[in-house]
Amino acid sequence: MSSIETELRKYILDKLLFGRTEVALSGDASFLESGIIDSTGVLELVSFLEEQFQVKVEDEDLIPANLDSINAIVRYVEKKRK
Amino acid sequence: MCGIAGIVKRPSVAVEKPLLQRMIGMVNHRGPDAVGFHLSGSVGLAHARLSIIDVGGGHQPMHNEDKTVWITFNGEIFNYVELREDLIKKGHRFQTQSDTEVIVHLYEEKGEECVHDLNGQWAFAIWDSRRERLFLSRDRLGVRPLFYAQTPEGFVFGSEIKSLLVVPSVPRAIDRQALDELFTFWVTLPPRTIFEGVSELPPGHSIILEHGDLQVKPYWTLDYNPSKGLMQEEEAREGLLELLLDAVRIRLRADVPVGAYLSGGLDSTVIAALVKKLGTTHLKTFSIAFEDKEFDESSFQNEASQFLGTDHQGVICSSQDIGRAFPEVIWHTEKPVLRTAPAPLFLLSKLVREQGYKVVLTGEGSDEILGGYDIFKEAKIRRFWAKYPDSKFRPVLLRRLYPYMKNIQSQSDAYLRAFFHVRKEDVESPFFSHLPRWDMTSKLKVFYSKATADSLKSCDAMQTIEGLLPSRYGQWDHFSQSQYLEAAHLLPGYILSSQGDRMAMAHSIEGRFPFLDYRVVEFASRLSPQLKMKVLNEKYLLKAAIGDMIPRSIRNRHKQPYRAPDSQSFLAGGKAGKLFEYVEELLAPRAIQEGGMFDAGAVGKLLEKARQGQIVSMKDNMALVGVLSTQVVIDRFITNFPRSV
Repeated sequence: MSSIETELRKYILDKLLFGRTEVALSGDASFLESGIIDSTGVLELVSFLEEQFQVKVEDEDLIPANLDSINAIVRYVEKKRK
Repeated sequence: MCGIAGIVKRPSVAVEKPLLQRMIGMVNHRGPDAVGFHLSGSVGLAHARLSIIDVGGGHQPMHNEDKTVWITFNGEIFNYVELREDLIKKGHRFQTQSDTEVIVHLYEEKGEECVHDLNGQWAFAIWDSRRERLFLSRDRLGVRPLFYAQTPEGFVFGSEIKSLLVVPSVPRAIDRQALDELFTFWVTLPPRTIFEGVSELPPGHSIILEHGDLQVKPYWTLDYNPSKGLMQEEEAREGLLELLLDAVRIRLRADVPVGAYLSGGLDSTVIAALVKKLGTTHLKTFSIAFEDKEFDESSFQNEASQFLGTDHQGVICSSQDIGRAFPEVIWHTEKPVLRTAPAPLFLLSKLVREQGYKVVLTGEGSDEILGGYDIFKEAKIRRFWAKYPDSKFRPVLLRRLYPYMKNIQSQSDAYLRAFFHVRKEDVESPFFSHLPRWDMTSKLKVFYSKATADSLKSCDAMQTIEGLLPSRYGQWDHFSQSQYLEAAHLLPGYILSSQGDRMAMAHSIEGRFPFLDYRVVEFASRLSPQLKMKVLNEKYLLKAAIGDMIPRSIRNRHKQPYRAPDSQSFLAGGKAGKLFEYVEELLAPRAIQEGGMFDAGAVGKLLEKARQGQIVSMKDNMALVGVLSTQVVIDRFITNFPRSV
């Protein structure tokens, strides 16, 4: 597991799932479909990514393809860091 | 407007007056002007009076000519003048000028069918000593509250649950199934309440208790039939205006001054405009302004007031005002809430009272009856899109939703499409319009304790609400179905209670709702949905009917539903780092464990997020307010419940 994924999973478990580990979290599970974030929660996720990984999430990057699952975010952050 | 309470014990067991005094004492805020009792053997009726009509003569409980029929009544019968004339013609003799006495004589005339003649807002109990029968009734839409419990001691009832909880045999415990309903639909589904063993009489229902046999019966229900008496636009416009004018006219009947709320939105401005049109020269209006600009509508309030020439007064509400008032607010809502929005209304009714007013007209009910809510618009767009899911054009309409919510408006089109995505199976659901809201609210259940989750394993809130749908529901068009879900559940269970009756009566203020005149409601139910929401123009017919009687800017503005700041309200000093002390206490691990409803670990993480001012999403905001208000309910009504006040 990459360090990005480790940090991300820790954040999601702590801040979005409030420690409820019984909610299974596979790498490709959609945050929206599983209800982990709602229509107003994306901005919170973006703030975390910008602070934690020192990346700037541009407006045009605010799409589910980049941000709606653990695997998508890991890919996105890695790409941004290159 | 008043508070009522009562007991019917087993035959030959006498009612003790001190218990009845404690029961009515709990709702003194509903009627601080006078208290009255009627005790007769195993029956006791109590009344706390807020005198509005026949100030000098309307004391209660009131009786008929030979004292065989007694009533304790909370509310107003607005057509009492006309009913009184009819009854006098039929030979009834009146002792007072009050609307209460009209019900007594009408009951003598028509028995339990009397409710069909009433135009008003009521909860009353009639003791008919000849038949040894107790008759209770609640108004059609659920403006006034009425609760009851059957205990080993007998049958008890009251305007508020706190009156019932002073009766030793009424348990004081949370009903987890009710909590689950609230954490799905925002309301409990009557007869269930958040308290085990305490029932709510549903709107439009009566109770007959005769010789120990209890019957709960509906006498009126919402129905939709747009094809019956199909109206052209002009006819509909004139008809609506005429009815609304009359609804306002009879709601101005009072022996004390009547004011109005002015929110800056369409509905309250319409009501104030109609009051002026009826010839009222001096109208006092009241409103809430918010320090937080995201919620503030004071510029529209001032514009409406100037345009209509009202004598206007506002109260400015800060986030911290909400946080400070919250525990007291929950003492009055008597149930958990998922929004802080009742709190500013609590502060507003205080202002009204301080200004010497007891009665206000408000615009509640218009969104439900005439098609104003965003949820109707959202459902319309989602259904339109679901017909051609690959359409690139149709989802563009999603931008028209929630223009006042910056968190949603800042999303990309791709995200909007993902949020409002329609699942194939949803299209056939009878709850299509409400599934996104209920799905999101259900996510709060992640905070349940193991005990709560285990106890709910065999419960299904969706099945419960489906079981309550009227038989004709399936025949209604989609728009009417979504209107029904709002008007039958959220309206009485939250808007008219937690935000309405309870917040106003906390400071002895009576709200009156012209849009909820049953003639307006029945008229609207015959309108075509296209006249309510023309394409995506909400409350189209109301805007067309009112025309230039209100400022154009208010008529044409985007609807902004009444909202208030949520999680930030609980930050002491308004800055991240510290919450109000009571929030820390009630959400501490020990308090959560003792309450038993929630998981202390999960709540601890939510609390930390709140403390840091990091709660952003609607879901987390609702979770904090929902968990905290449940803890306040446990604290105020179970752990530290006062035996008397």
